[in-house]
Amino acid sequence: MNDQPARLAEPGLQLFGAASSVATATDTLFVALLLLCGAMALLLAALVVWLCVRYRAGAAVDRSDPPSDAGALETTWIVVPLLVFLGIFAWAARDFLVEQRPPPDALPIHVVGKQWMWKLEHGSGRREINELHVPQGRPVELILASEDAIHSFYLPAFRLKQDAVPGRVTHLWFTATRLGEFRLFCSEFCGSEHAGMVGKVTVMSPAEYARWLDAGPVEPGTVQQGFALYRSSGCSGCHDAGSTVHAPMLQGLYGRRVQLQDGRSVTVDESYLRDSIVLPGRDVVAGFAPIMPSYAGQLDETQLQQLVAYLRAGAPSNPTPEALR
Amino acid sequence: MTTSYLTDGLTLRSWLTTHDHKRIAILYAIAITFFFFVGGAAATLIRLQLASPDGALMGPDSYNKVFTAHGVVMVWLFLIPSIPSVMGNFMLPLMIGARDLALPRINLLSWYLYLFGGAFTLVALFFGGVDTGWTFYTPYATMFSNGYVVLTLVGVFVTGFSSIATGLNFIVTVHTMRAPGMGWFRLPLFVWAIYATSLILVLATPVLAITTVLVVAERLFQVGVFDPAHGGDPLLFQHLFWFYSHPAVYIMVLPAMGVVSEIIPCFARRRIFGYRLMAYAMLAIAGFGFLVWGHHMFVSGQSVAASLVFSLLSFMVAVPSAIKVFNWTATLYKGSIRFDAPMLYALGFVGLFTIGGLTGLFLASLPLDVHLTDTYFVVAHFHYIMVGGAVMAYFGALHFWWPKVTGRMYHELWARIAAVLAFVGFNLTFFPQYLLGVMGMPRRYHAYPPEFQILNLMSSAGAGVLALGYLLPLFYLAWSLRLGDRAGANPWGARGLEWQTASPPPSDNFVHPPEVAAEACDHAPPSPAEVAR
Repeated sequence: MNDQPARLAEPGLQLFGAASSVATATDTLFVALLLLCGAMALLLAALVVWLCVRYRAGAAVDRSDPPSDAGALETTWIVVPLLVFLGIFAWAARDFLVEQRPPPDALPIHVVGKQWMWKLEHGSGRREINELHVPQGRPVELILASEDAIHSFYLPAFRLKQDAVPGRVTHLWFTATRLGEFRLFCSEFCGSEHAGMVGKVTVMSPAEYARWLDAGPVEPGTVQQGFALYRSSGCSGCHDAGSTVHAPMLQGLYGRRVQLQDGRSVTVDESYLRDSIVLPGRDVVAGFAPIMPSYAGQLDETQLQQLVAYLRAGAPSNPTPEALR
Repeated sequence: MTTSYLTDGLTLRSWLTTHDHKRIAILYAIAITFFFFVGGAAATLIRLQLASPDGALMGPDSYNKVFTAHGVVMVWLFLIPSIPSVMGNFMLPLMIGARDLALPRINLLSWYLYLFGGAFTLVALFFGGVDTGWTFYTPYATMFSNGYVVLTLVGVFVTGFSSIATGLNFIVTVHTMRAPGMGWFRLPLFVWAIYATSLILVLATPVLAITTVLVVAERLFQVGVFDPAHGGDPLLFQHLFWFYSHPAVYIMVLPAMGVVSEIIPCFARRRIFGYRLMAYAMLAIAGFGFLVWGHHMFVSGQSVAASLVFSLLSFMVAVPSAIKVFNWTATLYKGSIRFDAPMLYALGFVGLFTIGGLTGLFLASLPLDVHLTDTYFVVAHFHYIMVGGAVMAYFGALHFWWPKVTGRMYHELWARIAAVLAFVGFNLTFFPQYLLGVMGMPRRYHAYPPEFQILNLMSSAGAGVLALGYLLPLFYLAWSLRLGDRAGANPWGARGLEWQTASPPPSDNFVHPPEVAAEACDHAPPSPAEVAR
């Protein structure tokens, strides 16, 4: 049928040992919660068993004055769990916020999920399928998109997962801490070959990673390809400085806050840029007419990512090769 | 001597056109038992498939259809109607001293809607097949699946109206049909539970109906609601779906809590500890249950702020659940405890619900959910709540009220064996799945890496024991219908109004309309005369 069982059975892949910068913190929280909940469960079980034995029918024990509504006792077991839960929430929320904020110097790698494979593109333009090579000790930011159904990029040893959602741009960042090969799963059900949408992440030393990048076929980098699309798809005809069409300038736009026609203001991020290409009529910038045609269906997810990467790099109008790295 | 409801008309027609809540409850019981074993057959296939890592039994498409059928049948055709529509239908009027539900014809209509929707769903699932999972996530369900999505959703839609009608009927009945003296805080906790459940049924199910209509519209007419290619938003579907489906978990577990709150005081011979707090806790669970849906979406791309709020609220909903566990435990203190089968099921419920609830804390913790969501940890967690919780309580209720419903006693030893088998088999089946999830095994894989095999084998073996625990009652309960001892009005020495009428009850429930002078749940140790059968 296909090579699914073979790839699922690939030997030598690591599954569980913590291998990312967030994995240790996640495991600490897990163990703390396990001890707390385990102790609670055992205590309750012991109590129930003891009560069942001691107060079994026919046992001669003192049953006088059974309490029925003990105010203080009930207050205790409302307030104590509440405080404990708030504590766990705060601890978990703190770790989660770290997971959600990629450091600015993270290495961007673009990921597209489609039925039933992962397509990855490094900044240098080197591409992979169902495999991801990353350097050890350096933050990596995955920028995820999907071409069809929802998929989810799941690295158990990294304790991380993120859905790739069609029509949206999502992010996942990590610093790999251990060398080796680790399992990659799709964890959101996406159809027939869902279980075959698996692969591996190879963590290499930075020097080895650099060699690996150079060893690939020479291809233009992501930003460079975005620049080429910017020209070939006709974006530059309206958005370049010399254009006669009244269209917003794109240089240095990324990360700024812009005012929209309907009074809202938004921060220009990848989702906003992507939406503006495929649904240009939705969030029109104040002072401009909604004249841009939609590029939905003309650019695939990979091309959209390249174009957005170019805009994110500041959209230089006459870029030097260095500016496009 | 009045005729019992069972002998008041013996033709098939007299059953199919009945307005008697007790007969309608029996009709429901027959239908859900059928669906339970259909869903169970699908579960059996799943566990057989997963006994080996290479997906030897079924190909991916067959497997995907089987787990979808398992989920759809068990959730909408068994769990949601189970305790409310069978036990609630039968017991609610008896427990509040009424002759019937407030709207007997609507009650019969509910059953027909359920049966019609159920039959429709079953045909779509087994003759066409649907591979979306019971969650129907878009845009997969609207744009990519080749299955009979529309027909299945029509079935779910129709079944939903049965839920709404039943919920409405129960709410009206509790408000208007209570016997003289039956004030709100004299209501049995089971009635409180059914009341809280009905509020959810009436408020949440319409959202499911709207969502199914939108999915069907998008699938048939490419209306852009959820599909980004048509300008829609796939996360909107998830918000709408979980706005119904998270409260739906409480539709399953609140009635179970009600059952356990009846059984434990009865067999411990003690008034339930903290009656009022127990009632308030159920209302709190019903209320908070509407505010936590986003905890299913922590890795979906929803905003960080939304995830933080939903995480906090999910911890809050755990407080009333914890209160209930503590109060059930405290009820045992200074009791005089008997261990008949209903009590074994109830104690089993407390244990399994506690484990299910505690592992819920892991999933409410954001970074742990990032790792564990969509793995077998989640599968284990919700089975502990929905099977370990709701199904154990359903069997507890079945044994507890069997003598009232049929007038016969079941075989006690066999029943205890079945209860223990179900408890042990359940843990053998689902505890390994927690470990699989922690190791990272994703859900909905028809084949998996070999390192997961040992735990999967243990789970499949456990499922055999569990199946035995579920099949046994079929035999000894059927046997008891003809050959069981006569039960008498009150074989357990229980206090509720349902025990003050004959077993099985007459068509009009009570010969003399009861007047209530005390709490229904006041299980002080009875006098020896009361215990004598």
